[in-house]
Amino acid sequence: MHQDVLPRQGVLGGYDPGGLFCEMLRPGRPPDLALDLLLARLTQLPVEALRRRAADAQRDLLERGITFTVYSDATAIDRILPFDLIPRVITAQEWRTLEAGLIQRVRALNLFLHDVYHDQRILADGVVPRRLVLGNAAYCQAMEGFDVPCGTYVHVCGIDIVRDETGQFMVLEDNARTPSGVAYVVENRHMSLRVLSDLMADLHVRGVDEYGVRLHQAMAEIAPAGIDDPQVVLLSPGIFNSAYFEHVFLAREMGVPLVEGRDLLVENGMVWMRTTAGLAPVHTIYRRLNDDFLDPAVFRPDSQLGVPGLMEAWRRGAVSLANAVGTGVADDKAVYAYMPRIIRYYLAEDPILPNVATMICAEAEGLAYTLEHIDRLVVKPVAESGGYGLLIGPHASAEELETFRACVRANPANYISQPMVNLSVSPTLCEHGVAARHVDLRPFAITGRDTWVLPGGLSRVALRAGSIVVNSSQGGGSKDTWVLA
Amino acid sequence: MSMSETIAGQGPLIARHAGGLVWLARYMERIENLARLLDVTKTYASNRGDERTWLAILRINGDEPGFFAAHAVADAESVARFYLLDAGTTSSVQSAIRFARENARTLRALISTEMWLQINVFHGQIAALCELDIAPDRLSLVCAMLKEGTQAHTGITEGTFYRDQCWHFYTLGRHIERADQTTRLLDTRFNAMASEGVTAGRAHADGEIDAGNWMTLLRAASGYHAYRREHPHGYRAEEVAAFLLKNGAFPRSVWLNLSQVEWHLAQLRSRYHLRGVARPMERMDNLLAMLASQTVREIMARGLSPFLDWMQSEIAALQDDISGGLCGG
Repeated sequence: MHQDVLPRQGVLGGYDPGGLFCEMLRPGRPPDLALDLLLARLTQLPVEALRRRAADAQRDLLERGITFTVYSDATAIDRILPFDLIPRVITAQEWRTLEAGLIQRVRALNLFLHDVYHDQRILADGVVPRRLVLGNAAYCQAMEGFDVPCGTYVHVCGIDIVRDETGQFMVLEDNARTPSGVAYVVENRHMSLRVLSDLMADLHVRGVDEYGVRLHQAMAEIAPAGIDDPQVVLLSPGIFNSAYFEHVFLAREMGVPLVEGRDLLVENGMVWMRTTAGLAPVHTIYRRLNDDFLDPAVFRPDSQLGVPGLMEAWRRGAVSLANAVGTGVADDKAVYAYMPRIIRYYLAEDPILPNVATMICAEAEGLAYTLEHIDRLVVKPVAESGGYGLLIGPHASAEELETFRACVRANPANYISQPMVNLSVSPTLCEHGVAARHVDLRPFAITGRDTWVLPGGLSRVALRAGSIVVNSSQGGGSKDTWVLA
Repeated sequence: MSMSETIAGQGPLIARHAGGLVWLARYMERIENLARLLDVTKTYASNRGDERTWLAILRINGDEPGFFAAHAVADAESVARFYLLDAGTTSSVQSAIRFARENARTLRALISTEMWLQINVFHGQIAALCELDIAPDRLSLVCAMLKEGTQAHTGITEGTFYRDQCWHFYTLGRHIERADQTTRLLDTRFNAMASEGVTAGRAHADGEIDAGNWMTLLRAASGYHAYRREHPHGYRAEEVAAFLLKNGAFPRSVWLNLSQVEWHLAQLRSRYHLRGVARPMERMDNLLAMLASQTVREIMARGLSPFLDWMQSEIAALQDDISGGLCGG
């Protein structure tokens, strides 16, 4: 039985992905038994039943406080990341490719970081422009000549993946600083298990529950040498951080204390935490604090969130930090354009996952092309994150295009541009039934000595019709990601 | 059975989190206390001396200045509004559940998922209280909801909270709050009744009304039926005071709660070797010795009120000892 011969009813009745690549129907791809079984179940499930389950799920998320908090003046509003019940599916074969591509990419990122903070061969060889790295705001001089344990800089990496209308996976962005979202992956799965267990039965969907154990294992691997049972902590900016729920989640999953800067101090070259029994040593810090806030003695003196002396203790090898400081130079949107070349340079392999074609406005050729074709391009400032400040040419008015042209012309080094990718879609429960909505994917790779990739990742979905902005801060939602066996 | 398998919970506890656990328990206890106090006052307050009975609640919590800055008269409606709806009043249930939830959020990696979930939902219920809920026909229902919510919290905690250091600190908070509340209740109500001339002798002669007063006091502490069983003959001021102060079986007596505080401190010392326990332990020894070494008759002869004042300041100092010595200040 294959979906082409199956009259589409139930949840998929009237569903039409148009000319876009659909993650569920996967036109032109070889049939997959597990996927066919899931489709058959969806066609037997009335939309009303799905809506009831969705309402249950929404209430559940709110009650469980699986929320991010939006603060304004005096009020704190808890918002859930909207959860769409219909899973995003990845077949076993697709996952094998993705996994290999991600591991390759993380290896290259770590080798690149080691190189730019040591011999800078890649700069000397002219593969990546010197000013792009050394002039980068995220480049950290304090890292020069410092050897990190296992040679790992990017312990947790969240590489954003998109798929075009042909079904080709591509890397959109390398998040190598403090990528977030993994808590939603696990919580979304728990939600699926609660409300969709009948759809899931016998599909052998790959589990996501070992993330905490794997993360703790990597944190132990990178701990300073000679420590038998290293003390790991998670350093959070505190309850006012929008990702606080995730910090709680990860501390709990790893079984380690969730600390803030004020709970730690550096004394006699060691890092300590203030416990009920007095000071206790800390060996590895999984920090969810940006570089700038880590150590007021080195970075921002006005920050109360960090720990004075932490950088010095780290450089002397008394404590390990994940992720390392200064990784932002590798996930920069301009450096991104060079990633295929970086992979070939260090690994002598072709990239398994291609980039989205990228024009660098700092280069005359890229600038000219961008200005000329701006109405067909997505233009991104290189320093921003979270989907802010970008221009989607095909969706912009003539006025907006002109304004952006002026911005790019005034400061070309701040921009890159990419062709508009017709992102793949996945069936999503909307106001008027199930419709096609754009999705992306953020898998999570953990690296201590080796790299392990959590099967699946966070599938973000643009809930507005036609929108390709999936960021939670911009009205996006999420889906559970089912990697089929 | 191997001994090493029974030794559990030896992991470190961040000092700040220990403090948060103490206060989480205290805030939840406060909600239950306030609900019971409002409910009992509403239900059993006679028409006579209406203002005085509502004033007593304000006095127990030391809220008279704050209250009269916003309200002219203390009656059922204004006091209920003050404690149930006013988010700006630090001793209102609105503030208590907000502080409790904020603590729970900070401690979410340490408390059980069920505890967090219940507090989160309970917070939503309390935040949704409105003018309609303080109307005479609704007040009791709201108080019942509040008591049920806090008792659900207590039950969930009993059944799901891992009993390592965290639990000891949490439970310390609960017992400190109960001991504190009972001394306040006794101090305020006992004096009010004494000033009305409700003495042991006249309670018998004066019948219903005086019995009603004692009953209200005992109900406000959730101890009415236990007291009846202990003292079927009636009410004697001295016996009521002894029941609230020194009874070893009544869950809200000062003695029982302070004994529990002592036990948890001793556990923290012997099992977890916390040096900071020394100071609060010393204070506890003195406090319990003061209670044990004199009868309630002797205490009353010297003056119950000064004794309760002293107890309250000692309980506050005990909290400070625990905060400073174990919870990082």
